Amino acid sequence: MSAPVQPPEARVEPGHPEAPGYRAGRTLPLRVEAMRQLRRRRTLLMGGILAALPFILIIAFAIGGTPDGEDGGGGGGRGGGRINLMDVATESAANFAATSLFVSAGFLLVVPVALFCGDTVASEASWSSLRYLLAAPVPRVRLLWSKLVVALGFSLAAMVLLPVVALAAGTAAYGWGPLKLPTGGALSAGETVPRLAIVVAFIFVSQLVTAGLAFWLSTKTDAPLGAVGGAVGLTIVGNVLDAVTALGSWRDFLPAHWQFAWADALQPQLEWGGMIKGTAVSVTYALILFALAFRGFSRKDIVS
Amino acid sequence: METPTARWRRLLPRTPGRWAAVGAALAVLVGGGTWTAVADDGKPAVQREDRILRMDGVPIDTSYFRAEGSGKRPAVLIGHGFGGSKNDVRAQAEKLAADGYAVLTWSARGFGESGGEISLNDPDHEVKDVSRLIDWLATRPEVELDGKGDPRVGLTGASYGGAVSLLAAGHDERVDAIAPVITYWNLADALFPDGVFKKLWAGIFITTGGGCEKFEKRLCAMYERVAISGKPDAEAVDLLTERSPSAVADRIKVPSLLLQGQSDSLFPLGQADAMQKAISANGAPVSVDWISGGHDGGDNETGRVESRVGSWFDRYLKKDTGTDTGPAFRVTRTGGVDSTDGAALLRGASGDTYPGLRGDGRDIALDGGTETFRNPAGSAPPAISAVPGVGGSLAQLSSLGVGLSLDFPGQFARFESAPLDTSVRVTGTPTVRVNVTASGGRDAVIFGKVYDVSPDGRQQVLPHQLVAPHRVTPDQQGRPVELALPAVDHEFDAGHRMRLVFSATDLGYASPAEPATYTVTADGPLTVPTAPDVTTAAAPLPRWTWGLPAAALVVAAGLLLTARRRTATPAPDPALTDVPLQITGLSKKYAKAVDRYAVRELSFRVEKGQVLGLLGPNGAGKTTTLRMLMGLITPDEGEIRVFGQAIRPGAPVLSRVGAFVEGAGFLPHLSGRANLDLYWQATGRPAEDAHIEEALEIAGLGDALARAVRTYSQGMRQRLAIAQAMLGMPDLLILDEPTNGLDPPQIREMRDVMIRYAAGGRTVIVSSHLLSEVEQSCTHLVVMDRGRLVQAGPVAEITGSGDMILVTTADEVSEPLAEKVAALPGIGSAVRTDDGRGLLVRLDGATTSRLVAELVRLDVPVTGVGPHRRLEDAFLTLISSGAA
Repeated sequence: MSAPVQPPEARVEPGHPEAPGYRAGRTLPLRVEAMRQLRRRRTLLMGGILAALPFILIIAFAIGGTPDGEDGGGGGGRGGGRINLMDVATESAANFAATSLFVSAGFLLVVPVALFCGDTVASEASWSSLRYLLAAPVPRVRLLWSKLVVALGFSLAAMVLLPVVALAAGTAAYGWGPLKLPTGGALSAGETVPRLAIVVAFIFVSQLVTAGLAFWLSTKTDAPLGAVGGAVGLTIVGNVLDAVTALGSWRDFLPAHWQFAWADALQPQLEWGGMIKGTAVSVTYALILFALAFRGFSRKDIVS
Repeated sequence: METPTARWRRLLPRTPGRWAAVGAALAVLVGGGTWTAVADDGKPAVQREDRILRMDGVPIDTSYFRAEGSGKRPAVLIGHGFGGSKNDVRAQAEKLAADGYAVLTWSARGFGESGGEISLNDPDHEVKDVSRLIDWLATRPEVELDGKGDPRVGLTGASYGGAVSLLAAGHDERVDAIAPVITYWNLADALFPDGVFKKLWAGIFITTGGGCEKFEKRLCAMYERVAISGKPDAEAVDLLTERSPSAVADRIKVPSLLLQGQSDSLFPLGQADAMQKAISANGAPVSVDWISGGHDGGDNETGRVESRVGSWFDRYLKKDTGTDTGPAFRVTRTGGVDSTDGAALLRGASGDTYPGLRGDGRDIALDGGTETFRNPAGSAPPAISAVPGVGGSLAQLSSLGVGLSLDFPGQFARFESAPLDTSVRVTGTPTVRVNVTASGGRDAVIFGKVYDVSPDGRQQVLPHQLVAPHRVTPDQQGRPVELALPAVDHEFDAGHRMRLVFSATDLGYASPAEPATYTVTADGPLTVPTAPDVTTAAAPLPRWTWGLPAAALVVAAGLLLTARRRTATPAPDPALTDVPLQITGLSKKYAKAVDRYAVRELSFRVEKGQVLGLLGPNGAGKTTTLRMLMGLITPDEGEIRVFGQAIRPGAPVLSRVGAFVEGAGFLPHLSGRANLDLYWQATGRPAEDAHIEEALEIAGLGDALARAVRTYSQGMRQRLAIAQAMLGMPDLLILDEPTNGLDPPQIREMRDVMIRYAAGGRTVIVSSHLLSEVEQSCTHLVVMDRGRLVQAGPVAEITGSGDMILVTTADEVSEPLAEKVAALPGIGSAVRTDDGRGLLVRLDGATTSRLVAELVRLDVPVTGVGPHRRLEDAFLTLISSGAA
């Protein structure tokens, strides 16, 4: 976790003689914040979509047939250099999970991150509950910290949910087996789960920049959709810029440039370079954006 | 306009060496600015001179490159590949010239603008031409000489140009260093490996040269002879061998950088292996570098190759001993696919010594048995491995597990290993002992290859698409022979198998057209060299990979540290410990309203047990004051103390304040009950302090508590919010417009609640813009308008003692009449209003009805009687003057 501040509970907390019973370190515990967010419709809807996606894909493959006719042993192989997980989507549960991630990583997994992080403060402002929390008083840094951790936790849960459901559904539909790589090799079933974990971890880290932007916007605006939309919008702009090859090596500094670097974890030889670089870029932006959010919010006049 | 840099340049010496020294001195003296200016200029301009040199009556087209400056410099000759011309190497020549070499390129005989016929680097023609070019270089004034007519010179070039580098080094003693790239050591060996004609490549070779007629007659005749028979003869082998570098193996004694391609079915790695053996036996330093591509295509790593060649010449021509010439052995390995652009990722592995092709290794047991297969008549259909000009990118992909290769059933023998227990990196030539026989006493021509087979056995990959042809003659048959398989650098993953295949045909080679039956028996394991001392370097990561996050961490820390307010929290004031609220000199201006204060110099004090009414029209600054009191907004000036503690955002003393300001704030998806529970848990205080049941009783929501708040009416939310403010029975309760949206019975109930609440020694602040609302429940009042305090004090003091009645009349009331009224019993006073159409009467014992009766008796034209308060008067005046 890369939030820029120490959690307040890490400090030794003396009681406050002027305020009996009150301890700043106990305000807005993570559990309470999670309870507050969990039963929201957007949370349930997001979870529902991500849990349903694998089944939709299974139905799609059932209707459309296996993505690519498998040519037998002998001497065959596929031409072309681009990795295409779609070709091997129905080989096994592991393949199916990887494919589910592949189709969602570009956009679908951006949405929960932007939603959970962008909406968290702005929606409290729009409900007016923010001022009651702050007057309770929940210290501002403490409030942001709890909200950020819970939002990132929900984002991570969303990203874990998808492959887990896909693995379960894929096992039922295609059986448990080794991960067949689009480049031709295969990873044993035992090796596959750690690799998928790496994939999920990288997707999560690479989305920290989205989280940072959404969270910062969330502290800036009272309109939840503005924060979410702003973060998603900038992701799209990043993708567009990354398509401009004329930018050359400048694209290395676009978070979008590395969004599929996790495919390196699905190569016969695990390739760390792209993921490390993507992580570096994402963490860089995220650190600054989180710091901006904390800085701005701790000085802000709350008028919502 | 002349820039300072340009002026400097004019004044300074123009020799490159001194330039550099001056540049360095300037950089030290004036810092970064000058350095940038020097760097901006970059490399000096390169001049090119094209001229035709006549050699032996044959015009040879040359280009001479040199950078500005008059210093002596070593020379470099760059040869071009087969079918090309001097123009192909111009970019490299310019780069080397800018780096301080005199560079000469030329089109070899039979190519480009040069005349003559192709003699395949005949020592009497092409190689002699190079000596003549070296002669010419020796006459150039800027070229450094090792002796009279002996320039300091190195040679490089790819393929055909690489071979002439080796040959020139063998034939001309003046050559000081060479760097041949993807070239041959013995052309006969390359085109007729083990006596098998490499027909596809040979054909391409001839065609690229411009057809057979462009060649020397002997060569053309030789080619046609071999191509027709499909089998090289001794004369052909001799002809090519004597024109190959191997013919002068013992005379090549200069430092040699040998760059050979891994994806090269024309000049495979074995050619460089032979070069290395011969040249290092002569005592010269040799480095071997296996690049990723080769004649089959793929990534030729041009940038890295040229850079390494440059370093090689810097070391051995410029004699710059500080230059790192790189490891004795380096191999480019394919790491995987760059997921951002789909390109293969390359990384280097290196060793301190060249391991050779048959270094230490492992024996891989093969499932035995004897395999019998057919050589099809006409050798068709052929098995497919490398396809010149097509297979390049495929060959590279073979390391990723993709490949195009084909064997026809019944036309190959196959021996397979067990799944590998660990991954095996093969670097070099696997070998195997086999027993081969052919039917009918013929030669057996077989093509050996080692496939990498996936664990499920369904996919096989031929590393670099390479095969090794073998001709097993009848006298070799029937007894074990050792056969070498293609030299590769390839990792076989754990769980994969090695599959040794001998096929009867291959698309790239001529094999016997007569049908035959071959029998192959494996007589021992497959021995694979592993070169354990060659280690893969970690993928180079750009420095920003670590620098960026570190810098971001610093920036983030800076942002957070500077966010702290400069002023320290004021110490608590012990004198005010029992004073619920004291506001002193409070001012606040919103950022968007520069000249207008929301609150200005507001001071007042609230004592325990009071119910304070904060009264003022909309926009008077009541809510802003309350927000500052809750620590939500920061005052520009002044201070707020609650029980002696200064209010800051999140001040702990706020936990003793309950507030309801500007409407309810609930999570709409949760029930009223859950909202209150979670709110209390968020305050971090013990559950038993909440007194939630009492608060809920006040809210009076009944069963609705279990419903989601979004289904509530305005009044229900209002009551729930007031209940929330009362959670924990705060010592100071702030209610902002609490009766908005409540119906009259609820309003009355609310008043009782507030009065009861304060009766327990607690303090209540009620803000409102309606006098009627506060006057009935408050003990004290603070009146605000336009951010300022208008009046503060007990309600009675502000409204005055006794009951004032305002009597309005139809006509003007005369002064005597007013006196008459004042004289009535039970009347304290009676004063005419300013406009004269009314009387202000203070009752002193009389009732209102009695007053009215008296007024009627006195014929006063009464139009209305109502209560009058000085406060309301003042209040209305304020509002009206504000509106005017």
